[in-house]
Amino acid sequence: MNFIFDNDRPIYIQLTEQIEKCIISGKILPGEKLPSVRDFALKTKINPNTVQKSLIELEKKQLIYTERTNGKFVTTDIGLIKKYKEKYAKATAKKYFSDMNELGFNNKEAIDYLNSIGGK
Amino acid sequence: MKLLECKNLSKHYGKKEVLKNIDLVIPNGKIIGLLGKNGTGKTTLIKLINDLLTPDSGEILINNKKIGIESKNAISYLPERTYLDKSMKVGDTLKYFETFYENFDMKKAKKLIKALGLEENIKISKMSKGMQEKLQLILVMSRKADLYILDEPLGGIDPATRDYILDTILTNFKEGASIIISTHLISDIERILDEVIFIDDGKIVLTSDCDELRNKENGSIDDIFRRMFNVK
Repeated sequence: MNFIFDNDRPIYIQLTEQIEKCIISGKILPGEKLPSVRDFALKTKINPNTVQKSLIELEKKQLIYTERTNGKFVTTDIGLIKKYKEKYAKATAKKYFSDMNELGFNNKEAIDYLNSIGGK
Repeated sequence: MKLLECKNLSKHYGKKEVLKNIDLVIPNGKIIGLLGKNGTGKTTLIKLINDLLTPDSGEILINNKKIGIESKNAISYLPERTYLDKSMKVGDTLKYFETFYENFDMKKAKKLIKALGLEENIKISKMSKGMQEKLQLILVMSRKADLYILDEPLGGIDPATRDYILDTILTNFKEGASIIISTHLISDIERILDEVIFIDDGKIVLTSDCDELRNKENGSIDDIFRRMFNVK
């Protein structure tokens, strides 16, 4: 896990997003234990309270859960992880289309363009 | 819970009014940035809280008690300028702190000094300025205090030293304690802050949760500060 922040947006939102992406992409596996708040804070060099806030956010979304005295773990609900993956993919695609629209491509042209460069 | 409360504090130096009706509450378990340009009253406020200056009016409470001998034990203070006796050796300063403060954790201090690669029989006068600053920070952070007050801990240091100082602060403060960090170098430090207090011309002009402020004003704390006070 490597975290990069900019100071322009709330740090806890950025940390939440980045942990979500780690979970979605499998960098942290379902059922894997998360570092403690202090370890997180040290690794990311941000405030422990901010880390705590992020973890509460993730727990509300049920992407992580707390095992009493044992720490926090990534959910084993693969369906839920998939749902979040879908959400992120949709947002990324939407952004691609709106960026291409700004350049004068319509959606079909944008898709054709993607195909034309085909993964290159 | 209120850890520190300042009520209607004012302070003059001669005819100059340095602090004007300061009201301030600091809760437990927060890292707070006291931010202001040079000469706006930050250090004066810090000295008042440490009972090193007397206010002209107003009151300061620590753990709901007026400041005095007990509050000196509750607060661990890193002044802007080092006060270590240069003729002392590193080990002497440790013993000095151990004698002076009952909440000084000798074991922790020795561990941190070892990790820094400092020998206990080195004289302070033989150490670089950066090393002296690190030693002083270790001494201050090795106390089990309720409130740590760090006055400009990042003044004139290189990026590696800055990282060391931020790490040392983050790793070593007592659980549930609060930290006040005064600085005008905001971008270096804003990520570790919970809350900010903007001070200007002897008055508190803004207090806010950092992430709320970023959200509301759409920018970094550093940007917001610069916009507010027309700093380039």
